[in-house]
Amino acid sequence: MSNEKLQIMAVGRVEAIMQVVERLINSHEGWEATIALSEAEALAAFEQRRMSIVLVGAGFSAEDEESLRNKLQEIEPTVIVTRHYGGGSGLLENEILGILQMRK
Amino acid sequence: MSRTILHKANTRGHADHGWLDSFHTFSFAGYYNPDRVQFGTLRVLNDDRIEGGRGFGAHPHDNMEIISIPLEGGLVHEDNLGHKQVTSAGEIQVMSTGQGVFHSEYNSSKDKPASFLQIWVFPNKLNVTPRYEQVSIDPAKGHNRLQQLISPRADHAAASGKDKTGSTAASDGAWQDKAFSTATSDGAWQDKAFSTATSGDGTLESRDGGSAMTSGNGAALTEGTWIYQDAWFSSGRFDEGKEETYTIRKQGNGAYVFVIKGSFEVDGQQLAARDGLGISDTDAFVFRSLEPGSELLIMDVPMQNKLQ
Repeated sequence: MSNEKLQIMAVGRVEAIMQVVERLINSHEGWEATIALSEAEALAAFEQRRMSIVLVGAGFSAEDEESLRNKLQEIEPTVIVTRHYGGGSGLLENEILGILQMRK
Repeated sequence: MSRTILHKANTRGHADHGWLDSFHTFSFAGYYNPDRVQFGTLRVLNDDRIEGGRGFGAHPHDNMEIISIPLEGGLVHEDNLGHKQVTSAGEIQVMSTGQGVFHSEYNSSKDKPASFLQIWVFPNKLNVTPRYEQVSIDPAKGHNRLQQLISPRADHAAASGKDKTGSTAASDGAWQDKAFSTATSDGAWQDKAFSTATSGDGTLESRDGGSAMTSGNGAALTEGTWIYQDAWFSSGRFDEGKEETYTIRKQGNGAYVFVIKGSFEVDGQQLAARDGLGISDTDAFVFRSLEPGSELLIMDVPMQNKLQ
């Protein structure tokens, strides 16, 4: 059994919300968060460290999300890039669990 | 032939935190059931009871339409848009959280519990300027008929300004910077300062909420408030034996029927208090009250989200 934590990046333009999202992800044993406030930050962080899941939050349009997905999947085709709704509270854990369920 | 999905009250997710006793019709927080994630664009239906003097400390939301319906007691809402208001039974509160909101919600009573439904609907427009609104509901209008609570269009909201409070963030592109500090029930999310600029959209302009809106179901089109989704919520309190036909408001929508009190027969199925029935692939269905004073809430929502 691997002790490696699931790497999750959360991308959104509102820093205060992203800090909450980061804390909530990190509070889950086995998950580790990286946050990014722009596409450039997200790409730079992804080059440094491959993430399994990228959650795209407030401030990013559907087009921004698609652009980021395309660029990240050029680097790593298996990365899952999906919309995060709700700002962290309530749905964050559910969204990640849903992705993990789909990957089974 | 309609398609239905039945969620009996005792099959809901449940989290008892002491100060908060919450039942989740759909997956939420630590409750995850892959078969019960959402009904179309209806993502959250929580049935919450909060002890006196307790509540949710400051926490963020974004890109979600959040509707709170107090059933007993009241909630004090405070947000970084500058609102501080009490929403009590007989009122409903709507937040279009869009670009992001920090808010807290507390029981307005120090010693009596408050219960409320909190409902989250995926928006059909991302990153709107956050908006808060609270409206009063006249209970007499919901007796033996459905009373509209939510619709998609601003010009369907209650015509009378005196029963409505709320606002969007400043439409000139700036929220007030507001330091927002509150104690929380679990010690988290304290002293949250939050500010952001708006994109200038999301003000209370009239929106084209879609076609095929009807004047059926006995509900006037000028009641309640609105959200960023082609969704209609209606509620009513019915005498025993009273029967109505509900017409789905837009092609591609389905209806989720939640029994608040009493019991109903809905589309041929018997529902007790807090049971829910999702109905899709139909234009209409019949419901009938099975006991005096039975109350239900119908949430008519798109089964697929079409972002604008």
